[in-house]
Amino acid sequence: MADTIILEVARFLPERDTEPTYQSFEVPLRGDWMVLDALTYIKDQLDGTLGFRWSCRMGICGSCGMMVNGVPKLTCETLLSNFAPGPVRIGPLDHFPVIKDLVIEMEGFLGNLQKVRPWIVRKDDFKPQREFLQTPAQLEGFKQYTLCINCMLCYAACPVYGLDPEFTGPAAIALAERYNLDSRDQGAEERTDVLSQHDGIWDCTVIGECSRACPKHVDPSLAIQQYKLTATKEWFKSWLLPWGNK
Amino acid sequence: MPQYSQFQPKPYRPRMSAFWYFDRWPFLLFVLRELSSFFVAYFAVLILVQIYALSAGPTAYAGFQACLRNPLMIILNAVTLLFVLLHAVTWFNLVPRVMVREVTGRQLSDFLVASPNYFVFIGASAIVALFILRIL
Repeated sequence: MADTIILEVARFLPERDTEPTYQSFEVPLRGDWMVLDALTYIKDQLDGTLGFRWSCRMGICGSCGMMVNGVPKLTCETLLSNFAPGPVRIGPLDHFPVIKDLVIEMEGFLGNLQKVRPWIVRKDDFKPQREFLQTPAQLEGFKQYTLCINCMLCYAACPVYGLDPEFTGPAAIALAERYNLDSRDQGAEERTDVLSQHDGIWDCTVIGECSRACPKHVDPSLAIQQYKLTATKEWFKSWLLPWGNK
Repeated sequence: MPQYSQFQPKPYRPRMSAFWYFDRWPFLLFVLRELSSFFVAYFAVLILVQIYALSAGPTAYAGFQACLRNPLMIILNAVTLLFVLLHAVTWFNLVPRVMVREVTGRQLSDFLVASPNYFVFIGASAIVALFILRIL
C-alpha cells in the first residue's frame, strides 16, 4: 500500500467563486483513518481555510455527510484505505446549496422536517401520571424509523429532491411515519394534509437510493411506499363512506 | 431562509444535469425501468393487433405473421422482450415495498414476499411455452 493518497476536495468561497472547483491534497494513507481524519489532517497541516462540518466522529451526530466519489457517505465511518490508490473526490452533499467548501445550507431540509410535525401530537390534554405502556410489537412497528440521525444522506441520494427541492423528502416522511405508527400519537390526520400533497409522498418515484444511502439502515423508501398505501386506502374509504369518520 | 441571510454572500445552488441518470448505475436502472412501460404498452397493442388479425381471417393473419418476420420487427420485438423482462423483474422486486408483510404477527423477508410473483410468472410462461411447442 502506498504511503499517501490524493484527495480532491471541493472548494468554494462565496465572496470569490461562482461555482466550486476541486483542489488536490496529498495526505498520509493510514489503515485506521476515516475520510474525516484525512480532512482534519488537511485543515490542521495543509490548509486551515478548508470548511467542513463534523462533531461526534462516531456516526451518530449526522454532521459529516459528504459526497465521497459521488456517493453520499458519513465521512467519519468511511475508511480512507477503501479508496486506495485514489484519488478520492470529496464534495458537499448533492442537491443542497453550498455555503462554503463542504458546508451545505440545510434550511430547506429543516423546513420540510418541521412541516411534518415530527413529535408526539395529542388531541386531548395529555398529562400521563405514569409511563405510557407500549407492547414490544407496537414498538417494533416504528422502531427502525427512530434511528434516523438527520444526516441528509438520503436527500443527497434522491434525484427527485435534486429536481424538485419542494419534495418533502425521505427522512422527513420516514419521521412522519415514525410518529404516525407510535401508539401515543394522534397527529396522523394533520400529517396526512402535508404528506398526501404532490410534494409529499406522491413525488417519490421509488428509486430506493435513500434506503441504500442510509448509514443507520432506516428504510425511508419503505415508509413512503407504505404511506402511499395508507393514503390510498384512506382516500377510497372517504370516497366510499363519506359519512364515516367525519 | 433566515432573515440574516440577506447580509451573507450568496450560496452556490447546484443544478442537476439533464442527463443526471447517467451519473450512477441505480439511476440509469430506474430510468430504464420507467422507460420499459412504453415497451409493455407496445406489446399490449401488438397482441390486440394479433387478435384483430386472427378474427379477420387466415389471409389477414398470414399478413400479420409476414410482418413479424421482417428483420426490423424481430429486432424491435427482441428489445421489447428484454424491456418487458426488466419491467417484470424490477416491479416484482418492489412488491415487498408496498405489501403488508406481517403474517400472524411475524415479519416476512423481502424474498418470501417477492417470490410468489416469480413462481406465477415462471408457471404461466411454462404453460404458454408448452402450447407453443405443441406439447399440450
